[in-house]
Amino acid sequence: MTETGEEPFIRIEGITKKFGAFTAVDNVSITIDKGEFFALLGGSGCGKTTLLRMLAGFETPTSGRIFIDGQDMTDVAPYDRPVNMMFQSYALFPHMTVEKNIAYGLKHERISEKEKDERLRDMLELVQLTPYATRKPHQISGGQRQRVALARALIKQPKLLLLDEPLGALDKKLREHTQFELSNIQYKLGITFVVVTHDQEEAMTLASRIAVMDRGVVRQIGTASGIYEYPNSRFVAGFIGSINMLDGVVTASENGLLRLDVPALGMTVDARTDRPVAPGEKRTVAIRPEKIRISREPPPAGQPNCLQGVVRDLGYFGKDSLYRVVTDAGAVLSVNSVNDRRGGEGERVAEWEDRVHLRFDPGAVILLSE
Amino acid sequence: MDRHAEVSPAPSVISRWFNRDGWRQLIIATPFGWLFLFFFVPALIVVAISIAESTRTSPPFTFLGEWPYVHLANIERLFTDTLYIRAFATSLANALMATLLCLLLGYPMALGLTRVQGSWRNILLMLIILPFWTSYLLRVFAWIGLMGANSWFNRLLTAAYNHLVPGPAVDHLQMMNTNFAVVLVMVYSYLPFMILPLYANLEKLDQTLNEAAMDLGSRPFRVFLDVTLPLSIPGIIAGGLLVFIPASGELVIPSLVGSASDPMIGRVISDEFASARDWPMAATVAIALLVLLVGPTMLYSYFENRARNRLEERP
Amino acid sequence: MNRPPLFLYSCLCFGFAFFYVPIISMIVFSFNRSRLATVWGGFSTEWYGKLFHNPQIFRAAWLSLEIALVSATFATILGTMAGIAMARFRRFRGRTLMSGFITAPLIMPEVITGISMLMMFILMAEWIGWPSSRGFTTITIAHITFSMTFVTTIVQARLSSMDLSIEEAAMDLGSKPWQVLKDVTLPVISPAILSGWLLAFTISLDDVVITSFVSGPGTTTLPILVWSKVRLGVTPDINALATVIVLIVTVGVTIAGILLQRQESRREKDVQMALRSGG
Repeated sequence: MTETGEEPFIRIEGITKKFGAFTAVDNVSITIDKGEFFALLGGSGCGKTTLLRMLAGFETPTSGRIFIDGQDMTDVAPYDRPVNMMFQSYALFPHMTVEKNIAYGLKHERISEKEKDERLRDMLELVQLTPYATRKPHQISGGQRQRVALARALIKQPKLLLLDEPLGALDKKLREHTQFELSNIQYKLGITFVVVTHDQEEAMTLASRIAVMDRGVVRQIGTASGIYEYPNSRFVAGFIGSINMLDGVVTASENGLLRLDVPALGMTVDARTDRPVAPGEKRTVAIRPEKIRISREPPPAGQPNCLQGVVRDLGYFGKDSLYRVVTDAGAVLSVNSVNDRRGGEGERVAEWEDRVHLRFDPGAVILLSE
Repeated sequence: MDRHAEVSPAPSVISRWFNRDGWRQLIIATPFGWLFLFFFVPALIVVAISIAESTRTSPPFTFLGEWPYVHLANIERLFTDTLYIRAFATSLANALMATLLCLLLGYPMALGLTRVQGSWRNILLMLIILPFWTSYLLRVFAWIGLMGANSWFNRLLTAAYNHLVPGPAVDHLQMMNTNFAVVLVMVYSYLPFMILPLYANLEKLDQTLNEAAMDLGSRPFRVFLDVTLPLSIPGIIAGGLLVFIPASGELVIPSLVGSASDPMIGRVISDEFASARDWPMAATVAIALLVLLVGPTMLYSYFENRARNRLEERP
Repeated sequence: MNRPPLFLYSCLCFGFAFFYVPIISMIVFSFNRSRLATVWGGFSTEWYGKLFHNPQIFRAAWLSLEIALVSATFATILGTMAGIAMARFRRFRGRTLMSGFITAPLIMPEVITGISMLMMFILMAEWIGWPSSRGFTTITIAHITFSMTFVTTIVQARLSSMDLSIEEAAMDLGSKPWQVLKDVTLPVISPAILSGWLLAFTISLDDVVITSFVSGPGTTTLPILVWSKVRLGVTPDINALATVIVLIVTVGVTIAGILLQRQESRREKDVQMALRSGG
């Protein structure tokens, strides 16, 4: 139930799926609003695909219920659900042309031929495949096949569209293009999308909300920035992007400002928090590499969270560089810095074996209790 | 090689030939030569004899020495003598019926096999192939025992017949020496040839295609009609021809369980040759049978090639 | 939705009953006391006694085995050569003709193959005096001819699914093409060659039609013997013979199956170990 007391569009309620002794999905509850682009994100074997297949109706949950638009769908057969799916392999019918594939969902539906034709034409237009309508799947490119699969799943105007690794089979250039296309189509049609992916970038650019799954359990649900900037566990913090994690003990707490003793850095770290924490409690101090500022010059005096170290390793990625800095206390920190200058002195912030100063904001520090 | 080189300083002509291209020529020429000698030449002989005239000489034929060189009487007999026309009709009807029945029984069996789990499936496949390894004649023999008037099987069927069909009760069902028996035993003998290619085809089908069709609103039987059936047509054609081709030229089964008054074409060829000693007629009928089989065979290789090309086209 | 496909399973059950009821019935009636082969007259093993004291059957079985061994071996050699030629030598004169030679015997009705060979043997005997009589040699030649193309199909299929790069690697490491064939290709396809041999062996052992044309009066193979007995009517000792053959085949296939399964599970274990140690 949402705060307003209204029934959410999709309600997954305590779903568990066991295969023999193995629990693929463990008591998962999620609500998804109408028109949302929702992502299930996790590594292989985390249960995301099983959850998706239960939404489609290919697997029956061991326990729990699934409601779509207020109706209990748990025991409804896949062919009777207002849900369509875009398969990872696309599963295009090899013996049918592009238009036959797309129109397949309407073939046995009781609507006029005229409307069928119209909807087919609209779909072909939407995915820009009109010139390829009479080709067979093996005569078109991978990106075109992906769009056929999408159009085929959309033509029945489902209440919910499921996408299994929709960009997985495309190369990098095509992925970026297709990501935006997918978002556009979703926005245009207003259909609720649930996408399964193991690729965090894909999830973050596509989805309005993300559920991070691990070993059959949902670890965190939130917006892309919410999950990235405010992870709730070491697992989520480590799974999304890269991060420096160090153990610390709270020594002082005052007005949302904490001071922690971090032995690995040989110093105290200031951190901001909106939750009350008592001195003596243990916390993991986590900092994203790009939140640490690196410089050869010492920072102005009186700044919190300053330390020094030596660049041991350096990776140049064009738009930014990644430094691995050994601090004086011996800990290794990853630091990311944008290469915003070109030519001359200071093109790169530091070189190998350079002595550098590091600094980060108290507000950038993530505190994890797990 | 090196030791050989020490003995004779210059490599011999033969070894040079062998190393350059000879080994390839040997590999090509040996089997080619064998098939030429023992397959192609006999086939040519049959063609030649088919245009000769049957005589009481040894060998029992002579070629016409003058124009038109071709003795056409045999071909004329082929199209006028009811013996041959009936034999061809019977062969075609029996072979088609056997193929159809094999398909009707074999298709659901092959499809069922793809739904059976792992190790059980291997055991069942083994059980389908197993009779193939036992003697073919003995399998025909088993049915002779079952179809005999006194056998438990015939009595069972007779009882069922008397129970189901109104009218005077019959003493036993006449099964032996009928076309029914021929078709039944051919189905029994050739069913594995239908099941195995069909199974190989159905097993390769992508299960997610079925899921996709179901996801788009098709019930299981519709999924079968829309997806499984059209994609298994190559398997149906392969299995069908593997049954139809040997069935149409079958000799053993009609000789043992078929009716003598209504022979199949294989029997006719054999009888013309052995009993009537009419070589030219036997050769003519044989060629007619071959011509009949050319069509289906071309069809088969056409589909095979198309399947292969499609496989290669796929990126 | 995962409810078992009842219709398919009942077809499977019916099909297997269809396959095995005649065979089981034959086995049961091999222990029949009655002379009437299909009417039960009490338990007896007398037909087995008759069978084992019939030297004719042993002689025929031995001849069949000899012919099958020789013809399968030659058919395998010739068939493998043809398979290599078709799969590896892309372009040579007569390739199309050869592929016709290879597929034609597969679809040629046995009656025609048998008659054409017999006609040729008779004519050869008239013209060049060989073969002077028909028997072991003519049967073996016929069996080699029609079973070698089966070997070719198996070998060709295996070769075309084989990774070409390992042969290229051997060539890259300095082997001459024919040495590559000997050192790399043949060992890799040896299971296919073996199964080709087995197929040729069983085809030869089982053949009636072609053998009946090209055999002479003195040479009776086991199928020919059975054929002549069965034509005269149902005789119970054939039931006993069938039972013995079914027993031999079942034992053989079961042992082969167990060996294959063991090999498979060992390979699976090796692969798992390799994966684990590799990361």
